[in-house]
Amino acid sequence: MPPVIKAAGLRKNYDELRAVDGIDFEINRGECFGLLGPNGAGKTTTVKMLTCALPVSGGDITVEGMSVNTDPRGIKYILGVCPQDVNLDPDFSVLKNLIVYSRYFDIPYAEARRRAEELIERFHLHDKLERPIEDLSGGLKKRLLMARALINRPKVLVLDEPTTGLDPQSRRQIWEEVRGMKSNGLTTLLTTHYIEEAELLCDRLVIIDAGKIIEQGTPAQLIEKHLEGKGNLEDVFLKLTGKHLRDE
Amino acid sequence: MNNPCLLKNISYRAWYMWRRNVDVSLVTWKTNVLPPLLEPVLYILAFGIGLGAYVQQISYAGQAYNYIAFMAPGMVAVGIMFHSTFDTMYGAFVRLRYQKTFDAIITTPLSAEDILAGEILSGATKGTFAGAAILLIITLFGLAAYPSSLVILPLAALAGVMFASFGLYFAALAPYIDNLNLPIFLFINPMFLFSGTFFPLDGMPVWVRFAANLLPLTHLVNLTRAATFNRLHAGLLWDLLYIMVLTAVMACIAIRKMKTRLIK
Ligand SMILES: Nc1ncnc2c1ncn2[C@@H]1O[C@H](COP(=O)(O)OP(=O)(O)O)[C@@H](O)[C@H]1O
Ligand SMILES: [Mg+2]
Repeated sequence: MPPVIKAAGLRKNYDELRAVDGIDFEINRGECFGLLGPNGAGKTTTVKMLTCALPVSGGDITVEGMSVNTDPRGIKYILGVCPQDVNLDPDFSVLKNLIVYSRYFDIPYAEARRRAEELIERFHLHDKLERPIEDLSGGLKKRLLMARALINRPKVLVLDEPTTGLDPQSRRQIWEEVRGMKSNGLTTLLTTHYIEEAELLCDRLVIIDAGKIIEQGTPAQLIEKHLEGKGNLEDVFLKLTGKHLRDE
Repeated sequence: MNNPCLLKNISYRAWYMWRRNVDVSLVTWKTNVLPPLLEPVLYILAFGIGLGAYVQQISYAGQAYNYIAFMAPGMVAVGIMFHSTFDTMYGAFVRLRYQKTFDAIITTPLSAEDILAGEILSGATKGTFAGAAILLIITLFGLAAYPSSLVILPLAALAGVMFASFGLYFAALAPYIDNLNLPIFLFINPMFLFSGTFFPLDGMPVWVRFAANLLPLTHLVNLTRAATFNRLHAGLLWDLLYIMVLTAVMACIAIRKMKTRLIK
């Protein structure tokens, strides 16, 4: 089976800075694929190129055979995107956020309403239906972002640091959801700098640093290769990316 | 995505952006409806009745008019300008920089051009609504002739697109929200005062008239005044042409410029 997502020689320059410096990876159908790296590694930049929010500086990335360079709209119809920065519409309530967002995918109102109610149930948002976004806690905002990402019944889910800044309870809840979606066969790209999260959720992962892939494999393979099976993925990560602090 | 042709990337989806902005306006409808209805009443009281007590008659195209009647169509034009320019200038700036609204929508099937065309259309809608509201008020004061005044409605939509495009362009140029004071000071306020809104340009020195004729508002005022006075004539087609050309040019420039801020 051909891969669902394929990045080849993907690059992004911000002026002088090579934020993404020629990376290649493939994501298979139904797989949860991790993009692991310290802050500033280039995870979000990669995600933004995949979701057609940023033009690529070089190389290509395709989704179901469609290239971001030539068919961004076709790609955007089948992606569900949960961005790192909360960009819910502050002018609308919880319910209205879902309804208005569904319009962008040509979903008719009655259907949008049905799907919104389903997602509200699933993500435990019902007592907040009419609340303005600013009243929601961080965990609720992330849950709403996740619900929003699913409103168009995507074929591919993109989660950019879905649990950063959340308390352990909210984090666990998001993990449950990701696991559930995986068992439903949804292909997922997950970025994180929480190693335990990658270890728990990802079938395969790449570790990137300074815009380059420095290691890849299944969590077990990486632990075997670098630590002879003794230790956890976090030790592998620190061994590969070094212990110095990242400022952003 | 990098298609240089603007029109090719604009689709029916621009209406989804328009609907989003209209939905927001409906949530806060009181603050959107009252100003265009109350502002002209204030102007009529201050300028019409206050100033009108000193300047009773004013000559326009060889005929004498009440000062209030002279000023009323200027207010309609100014209302269209203010409401559509400010809607995109501040609204789009806030949605771009603070609310990250565009960041969320750009990953849906809307293109950057769809989003920005939708912004211009909703700004134009606000301007048209304001123009219609002010027209209603001056009609109640008996200051607009009919049916000629009805041409103001499609005209407001056209000029609304033009001014909303200016607003979007200014928003695209400004690094910080405070920078938006500059176009207000250099462009909006001079137009407000010197476009034949409050006094006729006929008696002015040649260079003043020349400068005023570069300002888009002057041409809109020419048209709205001829409409409320029931004095429409073929010569006004030049004003219309000027507005149409500037509208097309500004819409393209504004979308192109703002797109570079939306996707870097
Ligand atoms: N819009 C931008 N302009 C300039 N540099 C940027 C921009 N966005 C990100 N960067 C830089 O690109 C690098 C990668 O950033 P990012 O992809 O956000 O990393 P991550 O998501 O892995 O933390 C960082 O050094 C960051 O400072
Ligand atoms: Mg990031």
